[in-house]
Amino acid sequence: MKDMAPDTGVLLSVRGLSKFYGPRIGCKDVSFDLYPGEVMGIVGESGSGKSTLLNCLAGHLPTDHGEVLFSGRDGGLRDTLQMSEPERRMLGRTDWAFVHQHARDGLRMNVSAGGNVGERQMAVGARHYGAIRDSAIDWLGRVEIAEDRIDDRPTAFSGGMQQRLQIARNLITGPRLVFMDEPTGGLDVSVQARLLDLLRGLVREMGLSAVIVTHDLAVVRLLADRLMVMKDGHVVETGLTDQVLDDPQHGYTQLLVSSVLQV
Amino acid sequence: MNSYNFAYLDEQTKRMIRRAILKGLAVPGYQVPFASREMPMPYGWGTGGVQVSAAIMTPADRFKVIDQGSDDTTNAVSIRRFFERTAGVEVTETTTEATVIQTRHRIPEMPLTSGQILVYQVPIPEPLRFLEPSEVETRKMHSLEEYGLMHVKLYEDISQHGAIATAYAYPVKVEGRYVMDPSPIPKFDNPKLESPAIQLFGAGREQRIYALPPHTRVVSLDFEDFPFEANKADAACELCAADTSYLDEVIMDDAGHRMFVCSDTDFCASRRAAGHAGIQEAAI
Repeated sequence: MKDMAPDTGVLLSVRGLSKFYGPRIGCKDVSFDLYPGEVMGIVGESGSGKSTLLNCLAGHLPTDHGEVLFSGRDGGLRDTLQMSEPERRMLGRTDWAFVHQHARDGLRMNVSAGGNVGERQMAVGARHYGAIRDSAIDWLGRVEIAEDRIDDRPTAFSGGMQQRLQIARNLITGPRLVFMDEPTGGLDVSVQARLLDLLRGLVREMGLSAVIVTHDLAVVRLLADRLMVMKDGHVVETGLTDQVLDDPQHGYTQLLVSSVLQV
Repeated sequence: MNSYNFAYLDEQTKRMIRRAILKGLAVPGYQVPFASREMPMPYGWGTGGVQVSAAIMTPADRFKVIDQGSDDTTNAVSIRRFFERTAGVEVTETTTEATVIQTRHRIPEMPLTSGQILVYQVPIPEPLRFLEPSEVETRKMHSLEEYGLMHVKLYEDISQHGAIATAYAYPVKVEGRYVMDPSPIPKFDNPKLESPAIQLFGAGREQRIYALPPHTRVVSLDFEDFPFEANKADAACELCAADTSYLDEVIMDDAGHRMFVCSDTDFCASRRAAGHAGIQEAAI
């Protein structure tokens, strides 16, 4: 039984994951391992299947073939695709986090910043208002949002602040694996730079593992340890980020790297 | 009155509603869908409550209707007359004598006893509705017991008002399982939800029935540092001097004079009959 495989220290192990939209390929036969503290980047052009892959990994989309083995706090690897829905949703509130490209998909826009950040804590049973508020203030500070904005709604925040708020909301329960879908998409470059700086700090400090989907090669250069290049639903190249970006082997990767505009 | 079937509804419909009620009693706090019928009254006037009352009523019952505690408002009078005509049952205004009490937004002050049935009119049965508009999603949240969102609502109350400002329709957890909307009763009435009487909740427009069997454990949601508090106006009834009953504030004239009176008219009248007199009553 694969579930009883010896613990090799892998946090997330993806085996032969495929997803079809009718006759069309969403992503096909994707396999990779992710170790604790490691950040994996997935790049590719629009429609290459990177967001489909991420949503399959996070359990937001049903998968057609393959396994997503996750090492729970009890140690053993378990296939999250075979888990019951309550278990998977519990995982989604505790060990996992999902940062959406558009902050309004990941936030409750009609609930104050403090309520947004505190929701995951309340969802796992926190029932002390003072304690919830204190850790919300702490987390707002960590993502550089002033304490006096805690009772403002996200609608009163700028795009960059909303994205930082979304990150705080996700990281407050101390997840071990974060899925990010274009976390810097739609932000202007100076805001992007601060957000990347923040993310890099949090990833290092908390020892987070992350899977980051983006089309921005500069983002993965900064954040990711390893890189996976996708095209038309297939993985065409994997390797260490610097290695892939500096010495691309596959024709498509070479095209991708050479397409980046130089300032 | 032979032109109506007993208690207006046909027997098939009553069976369907009774099945929903039994299921509701078997799973306390769970919202059972039922095929709500058109009633000769508009939605929002107690169509759910009337259907539940019709389904459980027997010729031997004594029926009482209250609307915000009062026996003599339009809603209460018309529903009471409705069953007087269509079922020919005895009616009463005395809480202790009634076997079936239909209520809108109050629980009577007199403690209910076993053998009595309290029927609530419910406008919106889903406690999570204003937080999560999708019915698919709220049903999933109930089935998976994901109630963190309910506390987000209370958190917002405290952060904005310094206290839990929800004063009515205060969410409760039933037998440690389902979060339930107790209908828009004031939170003062929440402790009375743990009762020896059977409590049935009917939402006609939303087509849901739910129930609390006798002595069901009902806990009002709160925070450890902001515990639930059943509060009322800090005054005594000016007619019967009761200082433990829920009070209505009534504006008396254009000069802004106001008085507090018991919201439960039967409770107030019986206290006055027993010789209690408030400051207003004493002045007359």
